[in-house]
Amino acid sequence: MSDAAPITVQRWSPVSIAAMAGLGALLVVLAFGPFYMGPYLTDRLTTLLIYVIMAAMWNALAGYGGLVSVGQQAFFGLGAYAAIRLSHLGLEVYLALIVAPLLVGLLSVPLSTFALRLRGGEFAIGMWVFAELTHLLVNLDGLVQGETGTSLIALSEFAPDTRRALNYWVALVVMTVLVAAVFFLLRSRAGASIQAIRDNEEAAASLGVRVMATKRLIFVLAAVGCAAAGALTLSTLISFQPKTYFSVQWTAYMIFMTLVGGLGTFEGPILGAVIFFVIETFFGASGVWYLVGLGASALLFSLFLPRGIWGTFRERFGIQLMPVGYRLQFRSRP
Amino acid sequence: MILLNQVVQGILLGGYYALIACGLSFMFGVMRIINLAHGSIAVLAAYLVWMVAEHWNLSPFLALVAVIPVMAAAGWLLQRTVLDRSLRSGALTPLLSTFGLAVMLDNSLFEKFGADTHSLAPDIGDLAFNSWNFGDVTIGQLALLTFGVAIALLGGLQIFLNRTPLGRAIRATADDPDTAELVGIDSRKVYAAAAAIAIATVAIAGTFLGMRATFDPYTGPAQLIFAFEAIVIGGAGSLWGTLIGGVVLGVAQNLGSQVSPRGFLIAGHAVFFIVLAGRFVLAGRDPRTLLRVLRKAPA
Repeated sequence: MSDAAPITVQRWSPVSIAAMAGLGALLVVLAFGPFYMGPYLTDRLTTLLIYVIMAAMWNALAGYGGLVSVGQQAFFGLGAYAAIRLSHLGLEVYLALIVAPLLVGLLSVPLSTFALRLRGGEFAIGMWVFAELTHLLVNLDGLVQGETGTSLIALSEFAPDTRRALNYWVALVVMTVLVAAVFFLLRSRAGASIQAIRDNEEAAASLGVRVMATKRLIFVLAAVGCAAAGALTLSTLISFQPKTYFSVQWTAYMIFMTLVGGLGTFEGPILGAVIFFVIETFFGASGVWYLVGLGASALLFSLFLPRGIWGTFRERFGIQLMPVGYRLQFRSRP
Repeated sequence: MILLNQVVQGILLGGYYALIACGLSFMFGVMRIINLAHGSIAVLAAYLVWMVAEHWNLSPFLALVAVIPVMAAAGWLLQRTVLDRSLRSGALTPLLSTFGLAVMLDNSLFEKFGADTHSLAPDIGDLAFNSWNFGDVTIGQLALLTFGVAIALLGGLQIFLNRTPLGRAIRATADDPDTAELVGIDSRKVYAAAAAIAIATVAIAGTFLGMRATFDPYTGPAQLIFAFEAIVIGGAGSLWGTLIGGVVLGVAQNLGSQVSPRGFLIAGHAVFFIVLAGRFVLAGRDPRTLLRVLRKAPA
């Protein structure tokens, strides 16, 4: 007994240190992207960065918070709308793209009090109704001109190449900040609470976990993230039609990416975003068959491979690239 | 008086909402599953009825008789292949799998039928637009029929659940599947039967959707939302509550449409959130206390 406990808690492993170093190097390489990539590749990679944000946010909500929302398009649309509104009010356009998600996050705080009292399926469709309602209300704004929509005119002041590079850099920075936020959240005390709540809310509460505050943290983070994805999408598309931005399809994409990559794993949704990006690049033009395929994959993965590709891989090989968890190391007895 | 007519139209519309909510409510009551593909399945049924009616030149009502067993079988299959497995893998899985199914169904319908809107209204002749007039109040024959069918269906389900052996087995399984198994009930069979019944009612609802309006491959999600709103407003788990919820939703929408053309949907969603918020405020407080306070007030 005089010796230390036979078990030590390990947070960093050689694999995860190598993975973090690799990720850092990748980010540096990506940061210089617009200097060596052509316009097409820069645009496409901006889209991929947006997908990574969306997948990471939906995964934080469902995979870690246990909150399945079919209404994240509400924040996606609001993010784009807020950016247009702010730019119209005279805010510098790229600043507007950054401030808009934060405003949406502010709005999601009072909403969370209400939404988080809904459970399971009620939360899922309740959020969907909220998205429908925000869509209708945004349409009432004269600036939007109903379903005709409007566009982020201020962006046309930039030369196409400058705009493309700026979009890319903003997306890269926002993606890094948001994914890092999830990473540090999961490593923090709140991260343990979040997973305890997902696994058993009553038991977590009885251990002194502040259920509501913890859930709210993740709800607001996901709202900010989805709003950022909406604002960034606006920067690439420039035009804003409420129907497109408030479409439930965005949530369908998020669900597909998260389920295929690995619900409740940190790395999975990033992998899912890359897979979705590749599928979209090659099959996006084949009409709605590829959407049928997305729905079918979501259905099959949820039933037969609930931990997704990465989760299954990790289970089999015991590898965790990003050190978000705790590993127990048994010390061999002398 | 225009307002009175709007209220009457809203009540009648509520009949349709109760009809579409019936299967969703039943499935939630028995299996605790919110089937996110509910609306898409209703639209699928509408297309099936339309196909049968067109192909054999039948009335949609006769076509429905042929489609109901098909949809019931589809419900049974849905339970056996998707829901049963989902139920065993945690609370979130049914949501994810049925959402995947909805995306799959909607887009498959688009591939098969294209973006054109369809309607069953041309196939039912005068019934689609005939109505009785009482002063300013108009009562459409189809709307009244829809309302009547909703009451008959809800009442029929209630009697079925209360009086028949299968109904009792369903209630027992809904309460506690494990205990039900102890007394010799095969919960998988009971769930499959319940799913078959739920999807059969969805076939009826889909047919009325097709007769009262137009539909296209992406009409499903909106029907799911209306059905869900009716259930929540009426109080989940009660079949008659669903009818009340549908009526409240329909009246709110019709009154909203008087304010602005966009008010129809906004008022519907708004009343849904108001009812939810009201329930949260009252939660934990005995409503009888409120009644007692009100009764004492005049004294």
